[in-house]
Amino acid sequence: MSDVTTFDLAEQSVRELNQHLHDVEGGSFRVTNPRGAHAVAAGIDADVAVEIDGSVGYYCAGMHQRGTVRIDGNASTGLAENMMSGTVRITGSATMSAGATGHGGLLVVEGNAGARCGISMKGIDIVVGGDVGHMSAFMAQAGTLVVLGDAADDLGDSIYEAEIYVRGSVASLGTDCVEKPVEAEHLAVLTDLLERSGLDADPADFRRYGSARELYNFHVDDIDAELADGGPDEVDAELADGGPDENGAA
Amino acid sequence: MSDQWHLRESYTYDRNVIAEIQRAANTGIYRIRGWGAKRELPTLDDLVVLGASMSRYPLEGYREACGTDVVIGEGRAAKPVRLDIPVTIAGMSFGSLSAQAKEALGRGANAMGTSTTTGDGGMTPEERGHSKTLVYQYLPSRYGMNPDDLRKADAIEVVVGQGAKPGGGGMLLGQKINERVAQMRTLPEGIDQRSACRHPDWTGPDDLEIKITELREITDWQVPIYVKVGAARPYYDTALSVKAGADAVVVDGMQGGTAATQDVFIEHVGIPTIAAIPEATRALRELGVHRGEVKLIAAGGMRSGADVAKAMALGADAVSIGTAALIAIGDNDPRHDEEYRALGSAAGAWDDFQAGNDPAGITTQRPELASRLDPEIAGRRLANYLQVLTLEAQTIARACGKSHLHNLEPEDLAALTVPAAAMAKVPLAGTDWVPGREHLA
Repeated sequence: MSDVTTFDLAEQSVRELNQHLHDVEGGSFRVTNPRGAHAVAAGIDADVAVEIDGSVGYYCAGMHQRGTVRIDGNASTGLAENMMSGTVRITGSATMSAGATGHGGLLVVEGNAGARCGISMKGIDIVVGGDVGHMSAFMAQAGTLVVLGDAADDLGDSIYEAEIYVRGSVASLGTDCVEKPVEAEHLAVLTDLLERSGLDADPADFRRYGSARELYNFHVDDIDAELADGGPDEVDAELADGGPDENGAA
Repeated sequence: MSDQWHLRESYTYDRNVIAEIQRAANTGIYRIRGWGAKRELPTLDDLVVLGASMSRYPLEGYREACGTDVVIGEGRAAKPVRLDIPVTIAGMSFGSLSAQAKEALGRGANAMGTSTTTGDGGMTPEERGHSKTLVYQYLPSRYGMNPDDLRKADAIEVVVGQGAKPGGGGMLLGQKINERVAQMRTLPEGIDQRSACRHPDWTGPDDLEIKITELREITDWQVPIYVKVGAARPYYDTALSVKAGADAVVVDGMQGGTAATQDVFIEHVGIPTIAAIPEATRALRELGVHRGEVKLIAAGGMRSGADVAKAMALGADAVSIGTAALIAIGDNDPRHDEEYRALGSAAGAWDDFQAGNDPAGITTQRPELASRLDPEIAGRRLANYLQVLTLEAQTIARACGKSHLHNLEPEDLAALTVPAAAMAKVPLAGTDWVPGREHLA
């Protein structure tokens, strides 16, 4: 198509590509021969459509805003890290920390995602067609992670208010992450995300996980205050119950 | 003999130790507080400056020029940071500090031509507006991190650690997580926030090199990139930061302050600033970038122009102040002593920055307290203090015959104690003995 601008990274630099993408307001772009280059299409903030033919290195589509990026291949660490809006789609797999700290937008990984997928996510929606690695959604604050395959160990460790849906098995849940019931509102969220991701799955097949909110505040005892308020009997009663609350420090 | 002579306190179990054991037994939680290390540590006071005499020629103290400017990022960044004085304001977040305190820091720094720094919680429009030169911290938590603010920054500081807690993440207790702070950090209001201590998308210096390249790509190579480390292994951390492509390395010694950290972390993890600067300098020298391509910013317990001059003689290109800046704008002011005492503390001892009830209106998010701080007046106080630091440092440099603070060198120093001589790698005063020199290259 004549209205598609092609950047051949065998001939042109990532710097040239990114500067051009930062300078334009819109348009369609094709990137060939990425050959594992880092920071390809990082920092986009325009209504562009970028298609990358081949595999990329770290931080492809980092801090992405508006527009779409499609990668026909695989990606290394930090795909669409800190993404703000728009859509990033990869037909293959992504290694560590895909969608890390993302604030918004939709990231679709059609293959598998490695460890720490959605780590510290802050509002992004991530849909993974295959499996996710260990510690995915670690300290996830907001947004939704949907996994059509399996999740490895410590899913959702120290999670805040993000939501996780997994169709397959979960090797283990991380600290303070618990299974929660799937209600109609959750099925609606799943249906919408699956539709937008273009991945085929029945929302009814997913289980939902989120925060038990037990780590939100330190548990602080105050024996002296109890003694002042109610005398030693209350302290004795508490000790009989199994002692003071566990310190919630993580 | 009076009975009081039988009341012998234990050196091992002094009153502070006893009180802490009792506090721990009552609450079941480690002590969390602000400020920095309070125990006695080797400091830059353990060094003295060798003024000019027969073998050196001093500059006229009141007349001859003594440069103080520093440029960071020249060569790589299209817009290097140019500071008039080598004293910067360290990273302190909106959240840990009130908006008025952040504004005061900006006003004071602007007046003296230096930079301020954001903190763990993102950039507020107010602090951007009030800071002519603003360094945007890139932290493990990435709270509030976004490319729009990244592009507004005059420099980016990748925070690997801080001196008060090398190896630890940030902390902000629920009392200070009000609606705005919670929104900026995408967290529920009122939670005890414990930030990540590791970056979520890179591990190790090889990754960091790629991360720095990404940040440069996103910002079109416009601004310098710093790497900040807590002082633990400064020789290796500095070398690896250079390898990763930093324009400046910020080394924060264990006297460095914090808004909220476990006391055990503050007092026991890391090494003193006096020991950290020479090791960082050694790494820069060996890589051929000292006083050149990569700048060294030393932090952690900088209080006076003497500290500034000594840090620069040990190899720093600039220093950074946090605790001292807060004191300058009103922290621990004796005017608030009665209120500090009502909170179980006293002016001069107040360190409950985590509590959110600061009578001085600095480390709080409560509007009625924050409004006590007049940002214009507090900004003037900071500017005056920065002015004194600069004048004092110039005084010392001129006495050593130096026409720029950057011309100070280790040869201008001697140590008062054997440990200080070993750590600073300068001779014990009156001798030519540098303990451990035989092990240095």
